[in-house]
Order: sequence, then C-alpha cells, then structure tokens
Amino acid sequence: MDAAPEIESSPDAGPSQLPANGLVAFVKRDCPTCELVGPVLAELAAAAKTSASPLTVYSQDDPSFPEGLHPRDDRELAASWRNKIETVPTLLRLDDGRETGRVVGWHRAEWQELTGVTRLGEALPDSRPGCGSLSVDPARESQLRARFESGRLSARRVQLAELEDEFELAHERGWSDGLPVVPPTERRVLDMLEGTERDPAEIVATVPPDLVDCTVEKVAINAVMAGCRPEYLPVVLAAVEAVCSDEFNMHGVLATTMGVGPVLIVNGPLRRRINMNSGVNVLGQGNRANATIGRALQLVIRNVGGGRPDGVDRATYGNPGKLGLCFAEGEEDSPWQSLAVDRGFDPSANTVTVFTGEAPRTVVDQLSREPGSLARSLAAGLMGVLHPKLGFFMDAMLVIGPEHARVFADAGWGKQQLIDRLHELTTVPASEMSRGTGGIEEGLPLPAEMADQPVGKFVPGALHLVFAGGGAGLFSVVIGGWLNGDAGSRMTTREIGR
Amino acid sequence: MNEEQTATRTILDPGNERVPGQRPAAPRLGGIEGRTVGLLDISKPRGDVFLNTLEALLTERGARVLRYAKPTFTKPAPVDLRQKIAVECEAVVEALAD
Repeated sequence: MDAAPEIESSPDAGPSQLPANGLVAFVKRDCPTCELVGPVLAELAAAAKTSASPLTVYSQDDPSFPEGLHPRDDRELAASWRNKIETVPTLLRLDDGRETGRVVGWHRAEWQELTGVTRLGEALPDSRPGCGSLSVDPARESQLRARFESGRLSARRVQLAELEDEFELAHERGWSDGLPVVPPTERRVLDMLEGTERDPAEIVATVPPDLVDCTVEKVAINAVMAGCRPEYLPVVLAAVEAVCSDEFNMHGVLATTMGVGPVLIVNGPLRRRINMNSGVNVLGQGNRANATIGRALQLVIRNVGGGRPDGVDRATYGNPGKLGLCFAEGEEDSPWQSLAVDRGFDPSANTVTVFTGEAPRTVVDQLSREPGSLARSLAAGLMGVLHPKLGFFMDAMLVIGPEHARVFADAGWGKQQLIDRLHELTTVPASEMSRGTGGIEEGLPLPAEMADQPVGKFVPGALHLVFAGGGAGLFSVVIGGWLNGDAGSRMTTREIGR
Repeated sequence: MNEEQTATRTILDPGNERVPGQRPAAPRLGGIEGRTVGLLDISKPRGDVFLNTLEALLTERGARVLRYAKPTFTKPAPVDLRQKIAVECEAVVEALAD
C-alpha cells in the first residue's frame, strides 16, 4: 500500500502545482536574503498588475511572509521538492507550464533580466547569496523523498499487521540469511537508490537459479536489508552483474555440493571512498562495507533468484563466507600491480572481481627470508586445495600478506614471476597424483604410460594473486576454487558504474 | 497511527514476486514396450555406468532408447537440448552423478 499522503499523489493536484505562466518565488522567513528581497517581490507584484507576468510566492516556513503578497503555504515543501529548489530565494519564470528561467539568491542584474523589470530593488546591494532551501535540509531530505517519490518504486508493498514484528517477518517469509535484516521501508530504499544514477526499473541481470530479471530497485531493497550504505550500491550492482554472467555460472556455484560461494575483491579508488578494509582482519568481521556488500549479493541470489540452501543450493558444508565474503585489495601498499590491472583494467577504474572460492585457509611461513624458500612454502599450501592428489581443472586465489610480499619484492620478484614459479612448483609427475599412489584411492584417473608426464595442479592463468592483510604476520591465505573453465566457473570482473 | 508510522510499517518485497505456475503431470505411458525413452547423461563421472545398465534393461523390455548428454553438469541443459528430447522422446531418465 502506498503510504504517501493523498494530496501529493497526483502531480496535477493541490496548491503545489505551479501556475502555468508568470513568475514564481520560493522564500522562507528564516532567511535574511528573503527578508531583503521582500520589497523587490512587492515591486514585482505591483508590476504584475500591468503586465502578463503574475507573481506567485511560495513560503516554506511562514505563510504570512512576505506580508501583503498572499504567499502560498509550502510548509509541506511539496512545491519546493518537485521544483528542485535548493536555495531561497529562488525566482522562476514559467511559460505555458514550462520553466524558462531561474535565478537563485539576489542578483539585481539577473532578476532584472529574468523579470524584464528595470530598476529593481535600488535600495539593495547588487547581490546577496541566498540560504539553503528547507527541502534540501539534510535532516528532512530523506523523509521528503519518501513522501514525494515513493511512486518511483514498483515493488509490492507488504503492510505489517499491528502486532507483527518487522524483524521476525523477514525470517518468517524466508527473506533472511539467518541473521536479522534491516526492514526495507520505502524511505530506506529511496535513500539507497540515491547511491546510483541508474533508473530503479532498469534490469541489472537475470538471476539464477529461477532466471529472474532483477531490477536496480530489487538490488537496492536487498542492499538495505544487508545493511549497506547507499554509496555501496554501485558495487553490489556490479557484483550482481558479474555473478550472473555465463562465465561465472552462479547456477553451478549454488548447485554444487562443494562448499564454495562468490568471493568479491574490490579494486580502484572507490575502495577508499567507501572505507573498505584491506588490512588488519581483512577477511574477518568489523568493516561495514566488507561485511554488507557480499551479504547484499547473497540476499539477491536468495530472494530474487530463489537460490536457497536445501533448494538449489546443495552444498554439503557450505562455508561462513556464504553469508558474504568481500574485501578490498591493499593497492597502496602492494609492491605489484593490482588484480584489476592484471585483468586488463586501468588503475583508475573501480572494479569488482568475483571468484568462486572456499573458506580462506592460512599458510604460515615465519622463517623463509629468501623468495625461493617462501615460494616452495606457498606452493605446498596450494597443493592441499581439495586434495593433494587432485588437480588439472582447478583454480585458486592466494591472498598474499604484506610481510610475505616483501620477501619477494625485496628480492626483485615481479608478480608474474611469482605466479609462474607457483605454477612450476605445483606441477608434478602424473604418478604422484594417480589413483592409488601413496596408498590413497583418490587421485586423478591417469593411465600408467603417463606416469612421467607433468600434471599441473592449476589451470594456466587460473592462479590469482591479491595483496591484502595486516602488516604484522608472516602469513598468506589460500582460497581454494572449484572447477575452472567452461565446465565450471571463471573469475569475472566488472567495472563499477555510477 | 500517523503517516510516518504507517510508512515504517510498510516494507518492500525483496523477492521476485513470481506466482508459481501449476502444470499437471504428463499422462503416464502405461508401459514401455515400443516407447521411445531418452537417457540424459549430465556429464558427471560414472553416469554412463548407470545409463548403460538402464539402456540394456529398457531395450530388453522392448523400449527404443536414445542417448543425450549435457555439455557440463554445472549448468542447466541448453534449451535446444531440452527441446530435442521433448520432440524425440516419450519419457526421459536423467542420470545423476558419481
């Protein structure tokens, strides 16, 4: 049910509708410049008696001001909001219902040009800046947006019964991931939509598994529920697009019994503007942007796409990152180019990259001080992904910590050099991975004649390095992948728009 | 309740607002002799072991068997493949995995 007051629901109704022709002034008593131009408005009203430009005044705070001009009462701020008044006084000219001119504050020359009346306000200074319009007062803006713009939203309204609890409702309707969600009121969703320039009705992606066309508005609703701030919304939108691509294959990521989910890595200057964490406890709790962007994506998959545990989501274990796993790369401190640049983007671009990953696992090496030793350590950690004897079709992400990265950087190793070395070190003779080797039945189904052939654990190009983590600790983290390539999921990057 | 309170007691549906379609089950075949049965391999290891056995059993009972395979088990069957099976078969068995 639309909660907007009836009088404002029609753009043609009520006193907020401006006259089709003439001059319109917006003022408030609590503005010295408006007080100053009071006599000027009286001059214009007098001139209007002999011209075709009637003057209509809207008062935002006191319908008796300016005296003698019979202002229209705009204390509800409907006319001010609809006409995007940011400053008072503002003087508009209208011709046949269209705005043909606008001046803000007091500038004699501009007022004379707009009105066609000469020698206006001769006792006044030449100019004086105006004051802020009450319709853009930060304390009221969100409430006004909800009152006047709820018509922009097309999602079904759910009216809570008198005794119904809005937090319990989300659980009862199956809209929650298990944790409380912020109730998506019209006001909160409209505020969220301020985070993007995109139209609420625009389709972002077709979301699996139900293959539902998902609008910007639906993403915004789920972003509210996840706890996002409006400035995070463009990241969530880009992430939804990325996971719903054929190459990422969100359907398969959901349906697999493996405990994987989308892992989001954010690159570019936006990371800092929205205060994302790339340092201490980067993969843990405590940062709002990290925690809620990944969660919003998962709520979109759940609520719009219909992907729910024990439904299409068949994970045997899952992992805690399926509540949402999102972090920023520590570009400023990294000795190397970023993941986004590796993937062909400009360093100034804002991007989100999605990777199908398991829960993070730490690789400890506190003793290696030269790169050869440390590379062997990290490779040993990477061999454990899924099973030491499985490989060939896999990918993985290595989140390299500052203290480990420094060992390579100090020795002059570039990023690609390290990646190449890790591929070499995780390539082993087929016999080591064959079924039965080491008294373990699990392994690759390799024929005996291939025993001496090298088998790479990871698909070339599918070992990804990201720099992040706290400054103290000779650790890195392995995030194991799933099936790489056309049969499974490929890492996917999308530029974050506005 | 004033306007502001009413607004906070109204929330937006985060879901897809779809109404599930209702379709009746297709008529049962009544028997398999002389019928065309499709066997769909989802391309997981050892799916062929199950389907080969099933093919032998169905053929023994007089059914005509056609074999199909999805390109990968991680993605839904392509629309073309689904339509081909629907046109060519009277029944289909999908093999799961491992």
